[in-house]
Amino acid sequence: MNKILLVIRREYLSRVKKKSFLLVTLLTPLIFPTIMAVFLWIAMKDTGEDALRIIEVVDESNEFFLESADQYVFTFSNLSREEAKTLVQNGDRYGFLYIPKIDLTNPSGIVYYTNKTPSFALVNTLESSLKRKIEELRLFQSGIDPKLINSLRTNVSIQSITLDNAGEEKISNATVNFVIGFMTGILIYVFILIYGNQIMQGVIEEKSSRIIEILVSSIRPFQLMLGKIIGIGAVGLTQFLIWIVLIFAVTSVVVGYFGMQMPQQQAMEMANPAAISAMGDSAEMAQILEVIYGINFIKLALTFVFYFIGGYLLYGAFFAAIGAAVDSPSDAQQFMFPVTIPLIIAYMGLFVFVLEDPNSQVSFWLSIIPFTSPIAMMGRASYGVPFFDLALSMGLLILGFLFTTWLAGKIYRIGILVHGTKVNYRTLWRWIKAD
Amino acid sequence: MKTLEVIQLSKKYGKTPALTDINLEIPQGSIFGLLGPNGAGKTTLIRIINQIIEGDSGDILIQGERLQPKHISRIGYLPEERGLYKKMKVGEQLLYFAQLKGMPTGEARQKVEEWLRRLDIHSWKEKKIEDLSKGMAQKIQFISTVIHSPEILILDEPFSGFDPVNAELIKNEILELKSLGTTVILSTHRMESVELLCDHIAMIHRSFKVLDGPVKEVKLASKPHEFLAKIKKNGKPLPANWQYGVETEDYASFLIPLNGQSPNQILGQAMEYGEILGFEEIIPSIEEIFMEKVKEDTHE
Repeated sequence: MNKILLVIRREYLSRVKKKSFLLVTLLTPLIFPTIMAVFLWIAMKDTGEDALRIIEVVDESNEFFLESADQYVFTFSNLSREEAKTLVQNGDRYGFLYIPKIDLTNPSGIVYYTNKTPSFALVNTLESSLKRKIEELRLFQSGIDPKLINSLRTNVSIQSITLDNAGEEKISNATVNFVIGFMTGILIYVFILIYGNQIMQGVIEEKSSRIIEILVSSIRPFQLMLGKIIGIGAVGLTQFLIWIVLIFAVTSVVVGYFGMQMPQQQAMEMANPAAISAMGDSAEMAQILEVIYGINFIKLALTFVFYFIGGYLLYGAFFAAIGAAVDSPSDAQQFMFPVTIPLIIAYMGLFVFVLEDPNSQVSFWLSIIPFTSPIAMMGRASYGVPFFDLALSMGLLILGFLFTTWLAGKIYRIGILVHGTKVNYRTLWRWIKAD
Repeated sequence: MKTLEVIQLSKKYGKTPALTDINLEIPQGSIFGLLGPNGAGKTTLIRIINQIIEGDSGDILIQGERLQPKHISRIGYLPEERGLYKKMKVGEQLLYFAQLKGMPTGEARQKVEEWLRRLDIHSWKEKKIEDLSKGMAQKIQFISTVIHSPEILILDEPFSGFDPVNAELIKNEILELKSLGTTVILSTHRMESVELLCDHIAMIHRSFKVLDGPVKEVKLASKPHEFLAKIKKNGKPLPANWQYGVETEDYASFLIPLNGQSPNQILGQAMEYGEILGFEEIIPSIEEIFMEKVKEDTHE
């Protein structure tokens, strides 16, 4: 036991003390807020310039009056089509919308000229405002006052409440749960891949530099393997902990800075151009906040930590076994395939099935099978999982981890002493069978 | 007194035998040479003693006790294929290996200091292995093997990678450890170092033990019972069974088989053919015995 601690300590300290660890740990969390800051900056600059985007409208039928949106200003003139085109060519106008005399039941021939490829959003805006205008005109023709229609429009938003066994009510909001499930799932996936690879590299280093034979004359191979996996896992946890603290700190600074510069209203409109009304927005915000308050974060965090570590240990053993079986990282490719496939299935499954419908059959199985559960279960956990499912999944993950470690240990203890032999799956099987 | 005893040890890899019914007794405080061509089974035997792998059948006793995990701290092992963590500092690395062998931290630190001073390399303590030359790294490697003061020292090709000066240094360290009572098992192809260092030898060939015993006895047992005579010839024709050796202006040398006679009788005969300049019994070198054994077995 004492010797495992020694290995853990060495693996941990030799990595944490490296300059590159400090660099990566400090710089990575700066990347996201920096990208965010750049986007926010560009977006703010954009909205500032919007007033300059003038679109010339030539309407042959003189029936359309397009209301200027916050991004675009429409000017109406009696210029000819050719004159208006030159305006666009010279850059005097951002664009030019040509509306010929049209049949309202079957409108066609409307053209938008521009010297830049129009954005999807702009075309959408033009189409929808023309559509609205045409509909109004037709309603009018049929003798219905469009104002009446508007007054009949009603906003409906459903508040969903989850009832648990105890009859307790909880407001739920799929968006919040989706985001949490998505973030935590991805985090585990990335963690397993990055640190699994580090385990493999570490084993290959010890094997190719021939330290291994000295080590295994002092410590059992299984202890050595376990020490390495745990030590590197601890490095990863340290790194993630620092990242979380830094990301929160830097993000709140960035958001705080820009948030003060940008009026609340404008920020919301940017996030949701088709904003219904300011009232509806704040009601929804309040609901989201209520949902966030309603989530049992301690339970969620504990679940996350469990699957985070469990998933890492389960796959970590495999990565150690691969490292032991090969002489160099380039040989590892052939064995990586069966290890990464279940990871990718879990990752895809998280998006395609679990986050879409956490209670479907597929989601259930993905979150139960140990090879996919660390990632898939996080998608369900944010929505709330029945106790039985969670217990079954966790129990199986522990069993799965014990099984893969036992299996990997068998490959590891023989593999580390084999040099210069091409190892294939048949050899691995022979090692596993050897006692 | 026997420090280490190997009893009827066998090991197979699949169907290939690596060791077949090996029996060895290694006396306390001796330097025991383990010889044999590549692939004979030496490394397998060493790995079993180090508890890296297990034998299929048979036993290993250390001072009468069956081999078990607690013996790890009493054995020091320098494998033929060896290495160090390139990114680790010399001092840290030695400390780590000493601790892995079960040494308490304080004592281990003290030993690191002691050995670095003893080999006059204390100034390297804070250097990383990747910044050292190969010979320097080998010295560190040797220290890492003996730092926990093992009772049994197993050295597999210890001199490879050393320049003659450092090889001499290591040789003296081995002799020093021996004088302190350490039992040394030396596996090597360098027969001159076997001759120089070893008290006992055993030879393994194709998984079998083919030779075993104190170096002197092995040599005497293998002697061909021939004498080498240097004679200044007087012209008389020589007997046909005298094997003709070198001939110079001053003398000719001959190999004379004993054929049941005593050395004095042969010397008497030789004197008849001229003036005797030299007369000595042929004692084979370990290398010759080694080559002979390998050839013998290969012909079978």
